Amino acid sequence: MANILVFAESRAGELRKVALEAVTGARKLADLSGGGNVHVVLAGAAGIAAKAETLAQHGADSVLVLEHAGFAQYNPEALAATLAEKLKGGAYRYAVFTASAQGRDLSPRVAAKLGVGLVADVTAFSLDGETIVAEHPVNTGKVIATMALTGSPSIISIRPSAYQPEINAKPLATEAITSSVDPMASRVKVIELKQGNTGKLDLGDAPVIIAGGRGLKAPENFKLVEDLAEAFGNAAVGATRAVTDEGWRPHSDQIGQTGRNVSPNLYIAVGISGAIQHLAGMRTSRTIVAINKDKDAPIFKVADYGIVGDAFEIVPALTEAVKKAKA
Amino acid sequence: MKIAVCIKRVPVMEVKFSIAAGGTRVDETGLKYDVNDFDLWAVEAALQLKEKAGAGEVVVVTVGSESAQEQIRKTLAMGADRAVLLKADSIPADGLAVSRALAAELKDGGFDLILMGRIAIDSSNQMTGPMVAELLDLPCVTNVSKLDIAGGKGTAHRTLEGATEVVEFPLPAVLTIDEGLNKERLPSLKGIMAAKKKTMDVKPAQFGESRVTITKMELPPERAAGRILGDSAAAVPELIRLLQTEAKVL
Repeated sequence: MANILVFAESRAGELRKVALEAVTGARKLADLSGGGNVHVVLAGAAGIAAKAETLAQHGADSVLVLEHAGFAQYNPEALAATLAEKLKGGAYRYAVFTASAQGRDLSPRVAAKLGVGLVADVTAFSLDGETIVAEHPVNTGKVIATMALTGSPSIISIRPSAYQPEINAKPLATEAITSSVDPMASRVKVIELKQGNTGKLDLGDAPVIIAGGRGLKAPENFKLVEDLAEAFGNAAVGATRAVTDEGWRPHSDQIGQTGRNVSPNLYIAVGISGAIQHLAGMRTSRTIVAINKDKDAPIFKVADYGIVGDAFEIVPALTEAVKKAKA
Repeated sequence: MKIAVCIKRVPVMEVKFSIAAGGTRVDETGLKYDVNDFDLWAVEAALQLKEKAGAGEVVVVTVGSESAQEQIRKTLAMGADRAVLLKADSIPADGLAVSRALAAELKDGGFDLILMGRIAIDSSNQMTGPMVAELLDLPCVTNVSKLDIAGGKGTAHRTLEGATEVVEFPLPAVLTIDEGLNKERLPSLKGIMAAKKKTMDVKPAQFGESRVTITKMELPPERAAGRILGDSAAAVPELIRLLQTEAKVL
């Protein structure tokens, strides 16, 4: 039986999907340990407490609410201090973060403050006695390392999409907590959050991703990819490094070794040859479709379904067919 | 402006890896090595900041084996002033142990900035920056894709999933560099010649206790070879059917 502390990531007052994934993962870890409580830290400006209900529905036994104007934006120093303080007393055997940009900033700070071990970007875990045994992709996903993590508390960060949110309703229980340091006194201050693609699905949250490569020949031809994404309705648009280096798409759209790691249910690669750099970011997608005119393109080696042909002919036809299928 | 840059020697990834006997590490036979991409961008950022300030020093620090001297020389050839190799036969899987070794070296260096790549593409821990910052009690900004330094303060853009944070911080600070901040310069012939004369201190890395061990390394399951459905839009109906009935994603 082990109690677990989870950090629930939010942005601009809204929970992110990865927060629910972390709670789901923590619940599984608690069950593996033979039961135990999952306590979730939820931080934000006044009003963030309203999000506690969603966390309880996903398995939080208690939500520790840290409400203060100093947490309106991500406040790494005050959060790390507060989380380390909570973990110090021995009440928690494990701590769970998400391996998002925020979680991978915050969890190492907490581990270093406590002098304990951290395994990052975990895709699967089990327990060997009390020892966490976690899988962590290395070498751009071409090798999987299994790592054993000893000491208490042990900290992991779970890769986005590795554990999908599951409903596991608990009665709502909240507890107000305070920051262990003055949250207004942090040296590192986020002064602005620029939300990209407002209203559009993020690559990490979208069940379907349509990605375009240099085979699209010109930035305006991404219209084809965007139209297909719109036909799906639940799709985000991604790109290869070649495309973002050319400035056809913003860097934040890049999927691959130096960009985002994604694992959607469906990944459609349009005009993408499938360089190692790109495959590193999408090879764990559940179903992969490739449309490319070069039959020897490496993308066909990882694709479940391929069409070898002209994307400018095939993609509009696919868009129409998806619209019909969805109608 | 005195800047330290932490770099790592990593394998070139365009190969099919195999696992060495014992099953806990990658077989290094035939692998080629280079400086981790993100660390090259950190070196470039340091060189640009020093050039802009008109004076200063860029010190490259790495944890690794003697073989890492080749990668250190590359960064010296780019323009870094000197280097420190914290020697270890193998690099611990515990990122905190690596961070301790770096922090011990950087502690009394009087650095205005400590830069490093956002992630090392081999071990993919992505924790060294914030850990070094904590160990040295310095402010830290990760995933920096835009950077301005002036008057003892900095403003950075921090890349998130689908968003960007604008972050202010005082110097000295630890920053981890993301893609997009710059493109690294190529070493010039003159730089390569000059690098041979630059100082490289070699000392043992001090890791301390390690709480993370690799118990197994394996290759991920291969994706089964897919099916080519056709060579034109005529294949679209079959694709739709398979997405609906077989993959069940539509």
